[in-house]
Amino acid sequence: MEQTLNVTLTVNGAQVTRNVPARQHLVDFLREELGLTGSHIGCEHGVCGACTIRVDGEIVRGCLMLAVQADGCRVDTIEGLSDSKELEKLQKAFHEKNALQCGFCTPGMLMAAQDLVRQGKKISREQIRNHISGNYCRCTGYQAIVDAIEEVING
Amino acid sequence: MGKAELPLHTPGTQVDKGYIGQSVPRPNAQRLLQGRGAFTDDLRFPRLAHVAFFRSPYAHARIKRLDFSQAIKQPGVIAVFDGPTVAEYCTPWVAVLAHLKGIKSPPQHAIAIGRACWQGEACAAVIAESRSQAEDAVQLIEAEWEELPVVVDMEDSLKNTKTIHPELGDNICFKREHDTGGVDEAFAGADVVVEETFHFGRHTGVCPEGRAIVADYNAAEHSLTVYHATQAPHMMQDIFSRHLNIPEANVRVIAKDIGGSYGIKVHVYADEMATAAISVILRRPVKFVADRLESFLSDIHAREHRAKVRLAVSKAGQILAFELDDLTAIGPYSVYPRTSGIEGNQVVNLTGGPYKHQKYKARMHVVFTNKNVCCQYRAVGHPIAVALTEGIVDLAAQKLGMDPAEFRRKNLIADDAYPYTFPSGIKFEKLSHHKALDLLLKITQYSKLREEQAQLRKKKIYRGIGLAAMIEVTNPSPAFYGVGGARISAQDGATLRFEPTGMVTVMCSVTEQGQGTEGIFAQIAASAVGVSIEKVRVITGDTGVTPYGGGTWASRGAGIGGEAVLLAGRALRSNMLDVAAHVLKLEKAELDIKDNRIINKLTSEPKLPLEELGRVAYFRPDTLPLDFQSELTVTRHYTPRQYGFTFTNGIQASLVEVDPDTGFVKLLKHWCVEDSGTVINPMLVDEQIRGGVVQGIGAALYEECLYGPDGQLLNGNMADYLVPMSGEMPDIVCAHIETPTLQSQLGAKGVGEAGTAGAPAAVMNAINDALAPLNARVTRMPFTPERILKVLGKV
Repeated sequence: MEQTLNVTLTVNGAQVTRNVPARQHLVDFLREELGLTGSHIGCEHGVCGACTIRVDGEIVRGCLMLAVQADGCRVDTIEGLSDSKELEKLQKAFHEKNALQCGFCTPGMLMAAQDLVRQGKKISREQIRNHISGNYCRCTGYQAIVDAIEEVING
Repeated sequence: MGKAELPLHTPGTQVDKGYIGQSVPRPNAQRLLQGRGAFTDDLRFPRLAHVAFFRSPYAHARIKRLDFSQAIKQPGVIAVFDGPTVAEYCTPWVAVLAHLKGIKSPPQHAIAIGRACWQGEACAAVIAESRSQAEDAVQLIEAEWEELPVVVDMEDSLKNTKTIHPELGDNICFKREHDTGGVDEAFAGADVVVEETFHFGRHTGVCPEGRAIVADYNAAEHSLTVYHATQAPHMMQDIFSRHLNIPEANVRVIAKDIGGSYGIKVHVYADEMATAAISVILRRPVKFVADRLESFLSDIHAREHRAKVRLAVSKAGQILAFELDDLTAIGPYSVYPRTSGIEGNQVVNLTGGPYKHQKYKARMHVVFTNKNVCCQYRAVGHPIAVALTEGIVDLAAQKLGMDPAEFRRKNLIADDAYPYTFPSGIKFEKLSHHKALDLLLKITQYSKLREEQAQLRKKKIYRGIGLAAMIEVTNPSPAFYGVGGARISAQDGATLRFEPTGMVTVMCSVTEQGQGTEGIFAQIAASAVGVSIEKVRVITGDTGVTPYGGGTWASRGAGIGGEAVLLAGRALRSNMLDVAAHVLKLEKAELDIKDNRIINKLTSEPKLPLEELGRVAYFRPDTLPLDFQSELTVTRHYTPRQYGFTFTNGIQASLVEVDPDTGFVKLLKHWCVEDSGTVINPMLVDEQIRGGVVQGIGAALYEECLYGPDGQLLNGNMADYLVPMSGEMPDIVCAHIETPTLQSQLGAKGVGEAGTAGAPAAVMNAINDALAPLNARVTRMPFTPERILKVLGKV
């Protein structure tokens, strides 16, 4: 039988304990065990960024981290940061500028963008482009995303 | 005048367009921004089983034996099926169309029977309680193979030394020849003849969300509900019904949120048909989501072409004739039901399209190979045709010593020449090439760019400016598929229901994958009825709910679906005024609807809030005359029929800097001028163009599915197959000309594919313009640093 381990972690502010397969990726755990389907699975090899989530304050690829590695960690997902309104400004700017089309990359893109917002300093378009260059979007061509992030950061 | 007094484009009328022409943010974006969308893989079902496929490791091999004895014993495994078992429930298909004369393809099964024809073709299916359990068991399937000769190169395929499907006689799926006559004479008499062979790399859509399907068969009802990431729910309803032998009325296809499609999700995929069949066999919901590696192996590829193009020109710079010889390879099967002959056919239809020559000769072959199947992908054929046309036009201009913009001005079809029949036989209703060129030169500050380029060249900085004029197929009539026998609707419908609370519900057969169709339908409905946009709800993507229609492809959603919404909205408004006239005991002609109220048409005096109209119509119809019945749900349909296609036109420009030491291309800026008729939402239109341009840049610079000589895909993952990321992309400037189509009231043409159609040509011409002082040219896409260094003689 497949090996399982107990993990206890704080997801979007609430503590959860589960017995999980040792090989289960964190994003699969969030989606399958907790029903938090806002973090998306795009490539499962760490390139597309659709599964970007926050673990202990740092953004990570949910497909490159195992659920067991998150034992004792604080995990924040798009659902949590939406409810806490931390992403409100970015979400408003994305909406107004249509910085999303199909919306599949959007949760990961917002997590990556918020990471930049939290650094709290003014920034150039080029720096924004570089910061989100680990998040694949096939629909927008990125310009509206850069515009939206720029507006939130630089006002 | 009331908001609803459309048509919008009637010459000389002043109309209040309501929300038409406004950059309204999309209401349906809110859920996606919070991660609360409903992509197929997000849905939850009781007793859901998961399928994983055992895929051929060989490009061409006989399946001598499949042994499932170990796989079936694995934890969680429910069943393991081979091709013959699934074929008992799902009949094979042959992807041909009557109007593509002579097209041929062998029957294709949901799961391969006896032979695999490309690496990645599904040869068995494991069904388990979880996807990981199914994948574990796939590893334990034992197979015995006999390798068969592999045809990888399309020139080899055409020679037919090895025939992939011996029963077809040769490797030619489809061929077409077209000749206006007089071409050889035009070339013989030309002052200048230029010729070039261009190569285009096979690439693919790389949808952020893999293909996804949950099929849920109900044995008691003999019904099938399919949650499907598809662009064409009614087409799929028909296909599931026919091939699984379930009455069409018992099949419901639901397309909820879809994570990118771009044409990839408009085709029939064998593994998806197998998933539906397995749901029937197992009488429970079954899910398949293509992971990234199998997406590269099994999502349709496109655009592998080798094309020789020749141009005959006079000394004065007048184009006299085009000649084309195109070869394209599509894998081992023509893809169902649209066929894989369309892309090549489009290249023949469209090459030379913006220009006024009348002599044209073309030859085109579509051949089979042992690589993944190819079919229609965003801008189908256009990126090839535009690159061939604009590449050879630039070469001619260079040979004549003319500026590329000036050369185009001499040859573009005049803006007053319409309606116009192009020598390939296609008809243009009304285009605006010259206006578009003028606007492009203005927004690029073209002459300033040229001066700057000349200055920088002195400092050995190699900048290039590339232009690409284009025409694009949009709003297709039944001439695209229906006339060939495909059960694909060119018509779409919209139902508008006025709710008792004063809301309007719109149900439309065009689907949404992020383009904003639901948003523009809300704009059109609100404008046509006379309500504010927050009073409108839009439902798409459910064959059980919406009128019948074609869905989303070929840049048809706004022009066709939007017209249906407009017509239904106007009819609903009229019916609402009938009710209002009875309630108010006034003449209908005196009334109008504006800002959610019945008003006096002349004075704008408010007469009745719409929620009061709803209350009376639905709950107190006893107060209305006995001979009157209110009809506050209306349906209207629309099919373009006057022209085969409603062509649009546009022109793009790319500014690049090439580093001759590294071969790197830096994209500095990109411009697109587009005439897509009535612009319903400028922000969404610009976003369609920008996204499309970047997809075209991917084709020009990065993307290629590389195969080894044994037919193995060498770079089928996102680390090795490069896609455009934000860091390298330029800002893109969009500008518009609006020449509404007079075939519809709305006047909208399509815009979804314009960016992708023209960007590769613009980038190619920019690179070649940059390389011109170094006497080098590139003609093989994608233009990787290695290929650029090669033409510079540095590697």
